[in-house]
Amino acid sequence: MKSIINYLAEIFRGVYALYQGMKVTGYYFIHPRQIVTQQYPENRKKLEMFERFKGEVVMIHDENNHHRCTACGICEMNCPNGSIEIISRTVIGEDGKKKKEIAKHIYHLGMCTFCNLCVKTCPSNALKMDQTFEHAVFDRGKLTKILNRPGSALMKGVDK
Amino acid sequence: MKFDIYDLSSFTSSIDEALMSSMSPFWAVTIEMILIGVAILAFYAVVGLYLVYAERKICAFMQCRVGPNRVGPYGFFQTIADLIKLLLKELIPIKNADKLLFNIAPFIVIIASFMAIAAIPFAKGLHALDFNIGVFYVIAVSSMGVIGILIAGWSSNNKYSLIGAMRSGAQIVSYELSVGLSLITIVILAGSLQFSTIVEAQRGGWFLFTGHIPAIIAFLVFLVASTAETNRGPFDLAEAESELTAGFHTEYSGIKFAFFFLAEYMNMFIVASIAATVFLGGWMPLHVGGWEMFNNIMDFISPFFLYACKTSFVIFIIILFKWTFPRLRIDQLLTLEWKYLLPINLFNIILMAFIVLKGWHF
Repeated sequence: MKSIINYLAEIFRGVYALYQGMKVTGYYFIHPRQIVTQQYPENRKKLEMFERFKGEVVMIHDENNHHRCTACGICEMNCPNGSIEIISRTVIGEDGKKKKEIAKHIYHLGMCTFCNLCVKTCPSNALKMDQTFEHAVFDRGKLTKILNRPGSALMKGVDK
Repeated sequence: MKFDIYDLSSFTSSIDEALMSSMSPFWAVTIEMILIGVAILAFYAVVGLYLVYAERKICAFMQCRVGPNRVGPYGFFQTIADLIKLLLKELIPIKNADKLLFNIAPFIVIIASFMAIAAIPFAKGLHALDFNIGVFYVIAVSSMGVIGILIAGWSSNNKYSLIGAMRSGAQIVSYELSVGLSLITIVILAGSLQFSTIVEAQRGGWFLFTGHIPAIIAFLVFLVASTAETNRGPFDLAEAESELTAGFHTEYSGIKFAFFFLAEYMNMFIVASIAATVFLGGWMPLHVGGWEMFNNIMDFISPFFLYACKTSFVIFIIILFKWTFPRLRIDQLLTLEWKYLLPINLFNIILMAFIVLKGWHF
């Protein structure tokens, strides 16, 4: 007798569990507002990326065209697949000492895996991840970017 | 009766008389068969395509997605574009495959579902084959599809295909029993195997309500068993793509693959139609005893529309099954059939026979 009751109870428990599952999918079916898909080309104007999204590496410049890069080369050493090349030049500072300065901070977007190591290891916080994502180009050469803007200079007090 | 404005039997019989009077009976019957064949073929293609679209849209909403939305408004022409793509694709010949069986298998699968669709009453008079053994005919014909699946798996010369086909065979052979027995429960209540009589017997109320407890149990069992019989939903081990790539149709490409694909959706449609006809009254409007106004309003709705609504409702439930539940293992599948559905079904038949004998149904 007990086994028959157990058998029936099992059936009812099973049916109830299935009903609960169907309630969840049914809820989503009749609530189209829950849809999370972005309609990309239509909502391009007001599309907002999440903060964690990593689009490309850029160098931070302030309004006076000053950056914080000291040409130390740590980002180049840390890059796992060599997408960063640092070309520096030596200049004589105001105090008469020789000093390294960034000439070209070359960034190969086509090789970058967006691992964020360059941004993390930069001792003077010169780099950051931007949120742009429309990177498609017709010419591969356009994927090689120079991050320091022309005519930019080192910010005062960074290399102390 | 107010049904007469929607009665299509006078329309079909007038075609029959016109053909019979103008030529010999042999040619008249031949032309009628061709006409019905073409009509069913067109219906088959359109319904198959839009069932695929409906399933993709419904499952997308259940998963918080939008689904196809680029080809035409709301992606309405997506499946037509897919069909054109499949028609243009290359038919890849398989090395060491059994050529004859390999080519014949998709046709067996599609013919099995094509034959079953002929026996479905769409509306009054819109009914190609009205046998006095209609329910038996549908059960017999729809189980022929498994032969096509087994042949496809065997002739592909591929281990995964063969495993998929064998699983499918075991599954369909077991669940065929539950489908048949749950239909027999209703046949006991209706007292007839003929579809037109079954529909006519539901004039006073659907069998789901007049048969009360045993009819509801039979309906639930039929839903589960028929989902399994059509190789869909949580019971799709035959094509379990994560384990067997695609099961029996792994080696098929182009339009031959499309035949399997279309047959799967049409089997779902046929099963839903039978459920709607046998349990939900087919094209018969919902009548409630004593509510004269309500009954008269229901009589004005087109029977074909009612039939389509009921069928879509059952199809929606089957799609809901598929996109809610995880796939069963083969032992769980057979346990469900032989330890649960079959005993419940046998008990249910006895209960129904007892209720009919005592006259306790409405």
